[in-house]
Amino acid sequence: MINKEAINKIKEKRRDWEEGTLKKTLDRFPERKKVFVTGSGKEIERLYCPEDISSLDYEKDLSFPGEYPYTRGVQPTMYRGRFWTMRQYAGFGTAEESNQRYKYLLEQGQTGLSVAFDLPTQIGYDSDHNMSLGEVGKVGVAIDSLKDMEILFDGIPLDKVSTSMTINAPAGVLLAMYIAVAEKQGVSPDRLKGTIQNDVLKEYIARGTYIFPPAPSMRLITNIFEFCFNEMPRWNTISISGYHIREAGSTAIQEVAFTLADGIAYVDAAIKIGLKVDDFAPRLSFFFNAHNDLLEEVAKFRAARRLWAKIMKERFGAKNAKSMMLRFHTQTAGCTLTAQQPDNNIVRVAIQALSAVLGGTQSLHTNSRDEALALPAEDSVRIALRTQQVIAYESGVTETVDPLAGSYHIENLTNEIEEKAMEYITKIDNLGGVSPAIEKGFIQQEIQNSAYQYQKNIEEGSRVVVGVNKFKIQESAPKGLLKVDPEVGRRQVEKLSKLKSERNDKEVKENLELLKKAANTDKNLMPIILQCVKSYATLGEICDVLRNVFGEYKESVKL
Amino acid sequence: MENKKIRVLIAKPGLDGHDRGAKVIARALRDAGMEVIYTGLRQTPEQIVETAIQEDVNVIGLSILSGAHTHLFPRIMELLKKENIDDIIVIGGGVIPEEDIPELKKAGIAAIFTPGTDTRDTVKFIQENVK
Repeated sequence: MINKEAINKIKEKRRDWEEGTLKKTLDRFPERKKVFVTGSGKEIERLYCPEDISSLDYEKDLSFPGEYPYTRGVQPTMYRGRFWTMRQYAGFGTAEESNQRYKYLLEQGQTGLSVAFDLPTQIGYDSDHNMSLGEVGKVGVAIDSLKDMEILFDGIPLDKVSTSMTINAPAGVLLAMYIAVAEKQGVSPDRLKGTIQNDVLKEYIARGTYIFPPAPSMRLITNIFEFCFNEMPRWNTISISGYHIREAGSTAIQEVAFTLADGIAYVDAAIKIGLKVDDFAPRLSFFFNAHNDLLEEVAKFRAARRLWAKIMKERFGAKNAKSMMLRFHTQTAGCTLTAQQPDNNIVRVAIQALSAVLGGTQSLHTNSRDEALALPAEDSVRIALRTQQVIAYESGVTETVDPLAGSYHIENLTNEIEEKAMEYITKIDNLGGVSPAIEKGFIQQEIQNSAYQYQKNIEEGSRVVVGVNKFKIQESAPKGLLKVDPEVGRRQVEKLSKLKSERNDKEVKENLELLKKAANTDKNLMPIILQCVKSYATLGEICDVLRNVFGEYKESVKL
Repeated sequence: MENKKIRVLIAKPGLDGHDRGAKVIARALRDAGMEVIYTGLRQTPEQIVETAIQEDVNVIGLSILSGAHTHLFPRIMELLKKENIDDIIVIGGGVIPEEDIPELKKAGIAAIFTPGTDTRDTVKFIQENVK
């Protein structure tokens, strides 16, 4: 961006500085460490100057917000037009309790809903299943049937609120339930706004709530792409996730690389079944982590946008601008929060949230201070929401678009993250793609190695965690933590009995039989799933049919 | 005197899919010279006890972040008792509230390692308590 002559002149002056002013200081005050690294462990230089971005071409590499390659943001006005959606992930116990929490959060100013389901629901088990013992309602809301879903959204107008649902293997079923609830409210599917996570690849890699093997899972996912293209134009069909990959211990570069590699796999799968890239790609969305190192995270988000745009244009020949825009939700890094001195987490989350905003996120969840201890207590989640509101209304960073652009360090790091992420993607391509890479354990091994290194650095002291390996205090047990009602499991089981006695069992059986037949063909399963759901077939009953047809995924245990 | 390696089973009971900690601990124990078997995800109490017996381990380490420890940990202890096993040390880790720990210890869990634990402390505990 700056001409070569000027850069060389500055380079010379820099050498003078290093040999003069800098050396004088270093001789008297050595730096704190021998090597300085980013949060991901990448070496970081003392100073970045024009020479470090000498190859940067403004029009090609940065361009303008809302224009290819979207480095500076996917919307031209970004937060001057509209703030990111403040969308707190929430849910616990029964649908009634979660409904209360959703109303509270909306009252407190959050601008979108985000549903956390319990593990049985995420893994397609009803609350009365053997595997559900002790798990019902613990990490999210228990949803066994449409009846629970109706309670969950009671009094919440689905034509006015957008909802993100963190559901993967049984995403189609929960989407069908959402559609059915909306219909009862008089809202047609084409008016619904929201997202389902629906990203099975990262479940195999890092999160663990898979049900079926890869091929039938891809079938379900692409069924949803197709169904939504036809019926739900405002719905994000998938949230291709890096958040969990980062939580599992990956570096920032790995987070971008493995997420976009997963994205490539989904685009490939959809094209394979005959969908046109510009038909489904505009409704793909992403989900990233906002970790500790603010500068690295900002560079990461920008690199991800630019790299995805290039991939969509060059690799997949996308023509629709919307196909090339990486829109993303962010969650602040849960893994960085401590059980020790939990109020410090409020500070961590503020810095992490700031990085997401400076990085141009479309939607944001901020963790609560009690993240390492329990699900968020009401006052803790309020502080987390206020954190976003303070950034939005008081910090000033929202008043201009992509404010850190042009920073020598940020642009240099954006370039580097893009480059290194692309190297990983090429490696994965050479392994045959993400599925073979998962089978071989390549991706998991990379993540594990990073995670182990991270822990070693903490124990050696090179990575400081305030309150844990430095600045410790004697602490008493925390008070006021959220406790999930231990009766939730029993209550759900009772509800299930009641449901099964009240519904038209014959109709349910017939629908499940139709589902089984359809699952054995290559028909789109969404219509029949919707039919099953409306007759009050339970989530477990529907998933059991699919389990019987598709089989279950067996983790290849690699340590 | 025979210097037999300590054998440890690291297990993930229940539906919780968070395995970062379990894998880090497993590796740390290996680096400390122990033999470690990692079960992978979605283990039932029955599967864990069966594997522990088959693998003839000295220690079972249970990792859980889902809140289901109140049901699963005592269940595992119950099954070990049924098999008349009293020489396997069972330890746990993950997201386990302080206030739940006394109950778990009463059920026979030897130690709970909560978030922020240094792996060296876990190594030390095992080395000092395995006979």
